[in-house]
Amino acid sequence: MNETLLVLQAACLTIIGAATPLLFAALGELVTERAGVLNLGLEGMMLIGAVAAFAATVVSGNPYLGVLLGALAGALMALLHGIMVLTLLTNQVATGLAMTLFGVGLSALLGAGFVGVTVAPLPALPVPLLASLPLLGPLLFEHNLLVYLSLLLVVGLSLFICRTRAGLILRAVGESPSSAHALGYPVIRIRYLALLFGGAMAGVGGAYLSLVYTPMWSENMTAGRGWVALALVVFASWRPGRALLGAYMFGGVTILQLHGQGMGLSIPSQFLSMLPYLATVLVLVLISRDGVKLRENRPASLGLLFRPSS
Amino acid sequence: MTAHDRTPCLELRQVVKAFPGCLANDRVDLRVMPGEIHALLGENGAGKSTLVKMIFGLLRPDAGQLRWQGEPVRIDSPARARTLGIGMVFQHFSLFEALTVQENIALGMGNPPPMAQLEQQIRAVEARYGLPLDPKRAVHSLSVGEKQRIEIVRCLLQNPRLLIMDEPTSVLTPQEAERLFVTLRQLRAEGCSILYISHKLDEVRQLCDAATILRGGRNVGRCKPADETAASMAALMVGEAVVPVSAHPALERGAVRLALCGISRRAVDALAVTLEQVDLAVHGGEIVGIAGVAGNGQSELLAVLCGEWRCRADAVLLNGSGVGHLGPHQRRQRGLCIVPEERLGHGSVAEMSLRDNALLSGYSRQPFLRRGFVRTAAVGDFARAVIERFDVRCSGFDAAAGSLSGGNLQKFIVGREVHQAPDVLVIAQPTWGVDAGAAALIHRALLALAAQGTAVLVLSQDLDELLLISHRIGAICGGRLSPLYPRQQLGVEEVGLLMTGTALETAGVLLPGDRAPEVAHAAP
Amino acid sequence: MLRLEPRPQASRAMIYLSPLLALLLTLGSGFVIFRLLGVDAGQALYAFFIQPLSDGYGVSELLVKAVPLVLIGVGLAVGFRANVWNIGAEGQLAMGAVFAGGLAIWVPEESGVWVLPAMLLLGMLGGMLWAAIPALLRTRYNANEILTSLMLSYVALLFLSYLVHGPWRDPEGFNFPESKLFAASATLPILLDGTRLHLGLPIAMAVVAGVWVMLARTLVGFQVRVVGASPRAAQFAGFRERAMIWFALLLAGALAGLAGMIEVAGPIGQLVPQVSPGYGFTAIIVAFVGRLHPAGVTAAGLLLALSYLGGENLQIEMGLPQAVTGVFQGMLLFYLLACDVMIHYRVRIGRPRVIEGARR
Repeated sequence: MNETLLVLQAACLTIIGAATPLLFAALGELVTERAGVLNLGLEGMMLIGAVAAFAATVVSGNPYLGVLLGALAGALMALLHGIMVLTLLTNQVATGLAMTLFGVGLSALLGAGFVGVTVAPLPALPVPLLASLPLLGPLLFEHNLLVYLSLLLVVGLSLFICRTRAGLILRAVGESPSSAHALGYPVIRIRYLALLFGGAMAGVGGAYLSLVYTPMWSENMTAGRGWVALALVVFASWRPGRALLGAYMFGGVTILQLHGQGMGLSIPSQFLSMLPYLATVLVLVLISRDGVKLRENRPASLGLLFRPSS
Repeated sequence: MTAHDRTPCLELRQVVKAFPGCLANDRVDLRVMPGEIHALLGENGAGKSTLVKMIFGLLRPDAGQLRWQGEPVRIDSPARARTLGIGMVFQHFSLFEALTVQENIALGMGNPPPMAQLEQQIRAVEARYGLPLDPKRAVHSLSVGEKQRIEIVRCLLQNPRLLIMDEPTSVLTPQEAERLFVTLRQLRAEGCSILYISHKLDEVRQLCDAATILRGGRNVGRCKPADETAASMAALMVGEAVVPVSAHPALERGAVRLALCGISRRAVDALAVTLEQVDLAVHGGEIVGIAGVAGNGQSELLAVLCGEWRCRADAVLLNGSGVGHLGPHQRRQRGLCIVPEERLGHGSVAEMSLRDNALLSGYSRQPFLRRGFVRTAAVGDFARAVIERFDVRCSGFDAAAGSLSGGNLQKFIVGREVHQAPDVLVIAQPTWGVDAGAAALIHRALLALAAQGTAVLVLSQDLDELLLISHRIGAICGGRLSPLYPRQQLGVEEVGLLMTGTALETAGVLLPGDRAPEVAHAAP
Repeated sequence: MLRLEPRPQASRAMIYLSPLLALLLTLGSGFVIFRLLGVDAGQALYAFFIQPLSDGYGVSELLVKAVPLVLIGVGLAVGFRANVWNIGAEGQLAMGAVFAGGLAIWVPEESGVWVLPAMLLLGMLGGMLWAAIPALLRTRYNANEILTSLMLSYVALLFLSYLVHGPWRDPEGFNFPESKLFAASATLPILLDGTRLHLGLPIAMAVVAGVWVMLARTLVGFQVRVVGASPRAAQFAGFRERAMIWFALLLAGALAGLAGMIEVAGPIGQLVPQVSPGYGFTAIIVAFVGRLHPAGVTAAGLLLALSYLGGENLQIEMGLPQAVTGVFQGMLLFYLLACDVMIHYRVRIGRPRVIEGARR
């Protein structure tokens, strides 16, 4: 009996570990897309965040500083993306791809000196009293800062988007930037802010990977998670609560991948590794099938060019 | 009452506004008194929109002075205009489809009260001015008339002293327009002034106390609409006596070329309209006009006609054979040509040359292809012929479609289809946003085409246009098509009734022969 | 404060100048990056751009690397013009290699001339099949092809890895994850002795010419251009969007698969886990830098092939990590996208004197 509980506990912890970086990236992209901006450079921004966070931690010894720097690095890349698509009006898809390619290359370059180095991962922060609860304790209340932060962010963003005036303006900008502009709202500035937030969150997600998930750096360590996060945003119908659900479901798939063979499945490891990607495709298909529903939930101006002209 | 007794609510003195390449406003004067409905008249391109944008703070004048309640003032932004007490209802709404009415109104206000309070305020305004709306409904589910109400309520919540309305009735049925006038008259009685931009002269005569007329960016006159006739005001607007094109009185009707049989089509999403049992037959040699404001099923009807939507083969009959299952290309091959509502982006590709755009619809019927390869010379000849025949002002067939003015592009697109001598031509909003000269040319082309035996179907929001060129008229409302009546039996009021879905017989309208329009006011 | 003023008509001069400008900016940034890395920037740039071409062998290597880039790039360019974003070319390449390689492993040592053509066809088929999946998912289920093709890319590479680690591993290969070497009849003949230049080169040239003609002169090419510019106008014309999506994806898939076959039957000579150093992704850059036009794609392919050689050379000569190649490639695309803005807009600095008004 105890055995199974321990196994379940380990499984849940794995899920949380796998889901958190995705959740950060997806939440950030959610806000960005709500403003009508498509950021396909998530993968690149996560990698840059990962390498920046790792390097900062190695140099300074303080992982929290690493997280901060990871966020900053992600935001900087998002700023670059913003200059291209918001000010210079380049094609959002192509620019996002360029960001990813550039991010992959730059992070590999910057991280070359750090391959093989290890750091102590982010410490767990047990919540006093609650952490000593028998089962739930270690499960829910003994995580590192980032996990708590990700959950708080889900709640915070939900309230922000649906209940506050700023959230309303964000939604308006994503629905119809021309109407928002006609009403006098600073559309471009709002989009920049949304993009910076998205980039920072992607950076934090990357930092989680290099500071907690596998506390080391290797080239291309995100292995497509940035793209999965993009799919998650669609799956979540641009709502934070559902993004949480999606990220954790994805974490569940990861368990199969990591522990499949240990669980007795005699499938070659490569096929297990395919699971997350196939799951993403499946999720996309399921959510996109209803074209009508998709259009109703999607911010109407997503990916479209906007040039303010009164 | 001397001029000094009442200071104008709004005064513009010698206002100038220039853009690269054109002088939009050339020393324009305007005086709107308190409690007055003041019309601003002029053709497309006369400078009306630019002028009101300056009043509303979206543009700043290059020279001249604005005076509000007698004091000189600088209006830097819409927010400033709103604080002063100026509200504007645009022709193209600034609405957010996926959000609710309440949220839309909140977004249009500088400092909205908390939602609960706002809801109360909205209901209060609605009740007072007769503008029913449900604050919680999503905007995309509303009709165009209801959407306009949102814009109006949004303005009224800020207690304006001046309300600017830009072509408000272009999207309303005559009955909805009447309702709007009731609201406007009530506002006037309360001392609010209204600056009313329109080109519908009969309305202006009905509603407005004073009118300022612009032509080519300049003031060309001021008048009292009640003292003028539509013709005299039109003459002032255009600068010369306007000779209307007259429809051929008699017509030689040929066989039925186009027929729709009981088409029903469920709406695809919340924004679309369900078509119900649409029956229609158009004969060769005649022009059938279908009136209707946007949002009543014209787009859907057009999609069914042109083949972008497929249906049962025998639901659409072209020269007697069923084509409902065929796409635009095959229908064109069989003699059906289309001019869609949107010139750029639907009827043509803005970035491509006129020659390439000729290929866009021409490849189906014209000998432009040889085993999959394009014969560019043949396409060029065709494009050149269209440009010449329809007087398209451009720099040649290599000019990008997007570089042409609206009127010229429309002439090209209409010409492209007419030049192919189709058996049936379906055309939507033929002269929307087009200058008078081009409009007249297009009307003449359609009449000539009909005279050659083509069946022409016109979908339009412009009742004047339909009454001018159609041989038979009907209306589409809420996805249903009314019966068609010969042109001579109908006037604007009757067509207006049809547009609300009311059958003329039940409304007590007497038809053939008798023209005693005792219209029982059918409340929509 | 940057401001953009639209030009009345696209500037022809900038269409040609923009890639050159982008290249110059990339060089400049490269200079800065090398300085920051603490190496002699001049020497590094020389090692990257000039040295690889300093002898005949170098030029032949350039062509060898350019062949897959141009093949895939041309296919992607057609797709991008039609707004079909195939990001999974890497996976389609891998599947092409798998299909072709499967035959190559299976045939006995002395087989006839039929083997190579069969491998060519199989390679194209493999790529097409793999590209058909995102096409199906997009046309039937509306699933965004960027994400699906990319996810499938990872899947394909994993599949290849499984094959060479498992069932297709060379029994006499000392347990290395690679298949047995292809027979001579399953290897592309070398065109020039002493080089690795192979039959793939004329094949690629023929493909480029064919696609050029298709885009410029046929109705299909016109359809591609219209669908990309305005989907609604394409609907009006009766061009079916679904057909276009299938066409674009299958074409790109076939060409990527062909490239995969060429790589394994040519320079590599066997199946290995990594059959491509990211050609499928670099080809995206090739397509853009080449202005989505076959001639431009050829030139861009050569340029980006050079970046691969340069990266390798930098590693050998100066001990810099290979990642420099990726940085240069990414930067080039960036600068190109930025410079392209000037085709349609004039860039002005400073506050506007007049608030921009609506066009009349």
